[in-house]
Amino acid sequence: MIGTFHYNLKHLLELVNKEVSGLDQQVPAVAMRNITKTFNSGAVVANKDVSINVFRGEILALLGENGSGKTTLMNMLSGIYFPDDGQIFVDGKEVVIRSPKDALDLGIGMIHQHFKLVDVLTATENIILGLKEEGKLDLKKAAQRVKDICDQYGFELDPYQKVYNMSVSQKQTVEIIKVLYRKADILILDEPTAVLTPQETNSLFNVLRNMKADGKAVIIITHKLNEVKEISDYVDVLRHGEFIGSLKTSESTTQEMTNMMVGRQVSLNIDRPDPVGQDPRLKIKDLTVRSEDGVLKLDHVSFEALGGEVLGIAGISGSGQKELLEAIAGLQVTEEGSIMYVNEDGAEEELLNQDPNKIRRKGITLSFVPEDRLGMGLVGNMDLADNMMLRSFRAGKSPFTDRKAPRKLAEQVVDELEVVTPGISTAVRRLSGGNVQKVLVGREIAETPRVLMTAYAVRGLDINSSYTIYNLINEQKKKGVAVIYVGEDLDVLIELADRIVVLCDGKLSGILDARKTDKNEVGLYMTSLHGEGGEENE
Amino acid sequence: MNKKTKTPFFHIVKRGEIPLWQSIAIHIGALVLALVVCSILTTLITGLNPIKVYATMFEGNFGTERKTWVMLHALAILLGISLALTPGYKMRFWNIGGEGQVLIGCMASGAVMHNHPEIPNALLLILMLVAAMAAGAIWGMIPAFFKAKWNTNETLFTLMMNYVAIQITAYFTIRWEVPKGSGKIGVINQNTMAGWLPKIADQQYLLTIIVVAALTIFMYFYLKYSKQGYEIAVVGESERTARYVGIKVEHVFVRTMAISGALCGLIGYLLVAGSAHTITTTLSGGRGFTGVMVAWMAKFNPILMILTSFLIAFMGNGAQEIASRFYLNHSFSDILTGIIIFFLIGCEFFVSYKLEHNKHREEA
Repeated sequence: MIGTFHYNLKHLLELVNKEVSGLDQQVPAVAMRNITKTFNSGAVVANKDVSINVFRGEILALLGENGSGKTTLMNMLSGIYFPDDGQIFVDGKEVVIRSPKDALDLGIGMIHQHFKLVDVLTATENIILGLKEEGKLDLKKAAQRVKDICDQYGFELDPYQKVYNMSVSQKQTVEIIKVLYRKADILILDEPTAVLTPQETNSLFNVLRNMKADGKAVIIITHKLNEVKEISDYVDVLRHGEFIGSLKTSESTTQEMTNMMVGRQVSLNIDRPDPVGQDPRLKIKDLTVRSEDGVLKLDHVSFEALGGEVLGIAGISGSGQKELLEAIAGLQVTEEGSIMYVNEDGAEEELLNQDPNKIRRKGITLSFVPEDRLGMGLVGNMDLADNMMLRSFRAGKSPFTDRKAPRKLAEQVVDELEVVTPGISTAVRRLSGGNVQKVLVGREIAETPRVLMTAYAVRGLDINSSYTIYNLINEQKKKGVAVIYVGEDLDVLIELADRIVVLCDGKLSGILDARKTDKNEVGLYMTSLHGEGGEENE
Repeated sequence: MNKKTKTPFFHIVKRGEIPLWQSIAIHIGALVLALVVCSILTTLITGLNPIKVYATMFEGNFGTERKTWVMLHALAILLGISLALTPGYKMRFWNIGGEGQVLIGCMASGAVMHNHPEIPNALLLILMLVAAMAAGAIWGMIPAFFKAKWNTNETLFTLMMNYVAIQITAYFTIRWEVPKGSGKIGVINQNTMAGWLPKIADQQYLLTIIVVAALTIFMYFYLKYSKQGYEIAVVGESERTARYVGIKVEHVFVRTMAISGALCGLIGYLLVAGSAHTITTTLSGGRGFTGVMVAWMAKFNPILMILTSFLIAFMGNGAQEIASRFYLNHSFSDILTGIIIFFLIGCEFFVSYKLEHNKHREEA
């Protein structure tokens, strides 16, 4: 394969350089050699014999599906895990990295997917937290250094802003500066764009380009191909924990990368069947939600969800998506407005401030695939069969639960959705992300819902599982179900949905026809009401 | 090669699910190790032969028929309290108020027994039972209600309720003291035996043991197969999931603690009507706290709880025996119990994790 050839060439070149010239800039900043890592005493092989190189002044994209071992590999570089076998070289010298501190001492810093910040502290305080510097604490000096770093790389950040006031993108900036402040020159970013809008992604990429120009080595973990194309110089592909090959970004296509990542030819198009029926199913009017501490989360949002169509909901994370779905599901206390459910016979029922049980007792089947699968949709420590019972355990008059029906349903879901599990008596938290989601979606669909709400249904799922979920959603749509799909990947949203409701800061920013809009337009609606004032961003 | 780049000798690895026999082997290993450590300590401190000490402890439990019954009774009471506490803990409601809930049950049944000896015995026993269980239920529900309504901390709340129960008991023991000035109530209805549970097969403790055995079976099925048991498990694992499927979490809190408290009250009733026939502030004797540990060590499995409560009951009775036989004080056996429990709980680490040697790399 071409990829392997590239890799060999690169590897060879590097060896030649090492042996012959020994020139500094040709030695990789980081070289991982034959790294193997297993979990559960060898039962799970996360990485097998993986070797990668990163050079200074280069952005390397580590591409692979979920569970392919990208994050594990990088966690070994940043000192969170310790490899079972293999060697790590930094600037040509073999090193042993036992802790994140060891890694930082070597100039390796990782920005994790989940931020680790103290909400009540300012940006600067968070950045210097844990540093042991001589002398008195000088916050002013530290803030100045933070500012300098911002100026140098093009970040926008107020050093004195408290973290709880920050957007996700700002929090990410703090995390990145935290590593730079510790003088890291090898940066690892774990799926940094997963939580960003297209505009924020662009500015992050500009920063990364500045770092590259500054001679830093950057590794970015991702599975979004268009971003790989845009930002990286090289792509290393992992699959099932093994190194598959290295590609030069400028010489390869996204289709090529996908094939390497998945291991076979995959079609990258998402089906969008024509909507059926399109009778109003949910009529939402002036829905207003205030959080417990008085923050307005939804502000007079009105729209209709129609049967037989997929209604996409877009917005920067935390724009009120969660509150919207939970209000419909009867889990969120609302301030005002109304949520009318239209029955099969046209009669309307108010869903506002009900609880899920009351809604169900009215004979309304409203399925909800929440964002937090293991913390809300399922019980992680319970097995598949017990999780199937969550919706139905009350059935019947006996004080005891019916165990047979949920077992049957579990077997059926495992069978039909091809859930990979040792059996239906396995705790769901032991399944991989994609399989967890299949179990959850399978249970929710088994109820034959008339409304199906999904929040970030494919977050963290690999391509195969994602397509399974898209297909399930389309099947429901064809059956006339009103599907509400909250998503973060705008490419997918535009391809899958029929209409897109865009939320901005809890307000309805606009309702767009997904067939006619594009990513940039949705992005503008996400960042400013009705897309106003967006032109100056150009 | 740089000399500083030494690989650590071992690292900690999380295990997957391990087979049952392996888990049992680890526990037995821990128990053996604990006994070895106890032996060494015994010889060092007291100069006694540890084998002899262990033999004496065994005799303290099974030496005579009477001793065996005493041990079984202690086991039953401890097991009963542990079972009563279990639903709350399954729900992650950290109730350390078992002591107070048992004691208030003692107090309520004792009060009925003391004030109305004239009621026919069968009716009196039923009234005492109802009073004890109601009092326990109220004692359990109060902190649950406050948690449900205002999200108060149940650990502190239930702890404080213990002191209230103790002081109420102290107040009435002085009020009803016999003879005046003794500060004790003494045996209630000594002559009429009104409100005393009947002997079965001439054994005073047998009824208590049967009741607790029934409670064990009930609790096993309640937690594992009933709808309420399922709700408790879901609430305990994730309140958000519970709300998501429409379980009223607050309601489950109060209901479960009412059941838990009522069962503690039942044990209080068994203590007063079944064996003590009096009320003192020390009737529960710390078993409200020990029960938490017994339940936890059994991982809240009612059947395993028989084993763990046996262990504690055995150590307690054995302790008394060695204390009197070798003129050691009671604290010495507490040391031994502590060591054994330390090992048994500590070995849980090896059930979830293991240490793995790093392969040494010869090549540079």
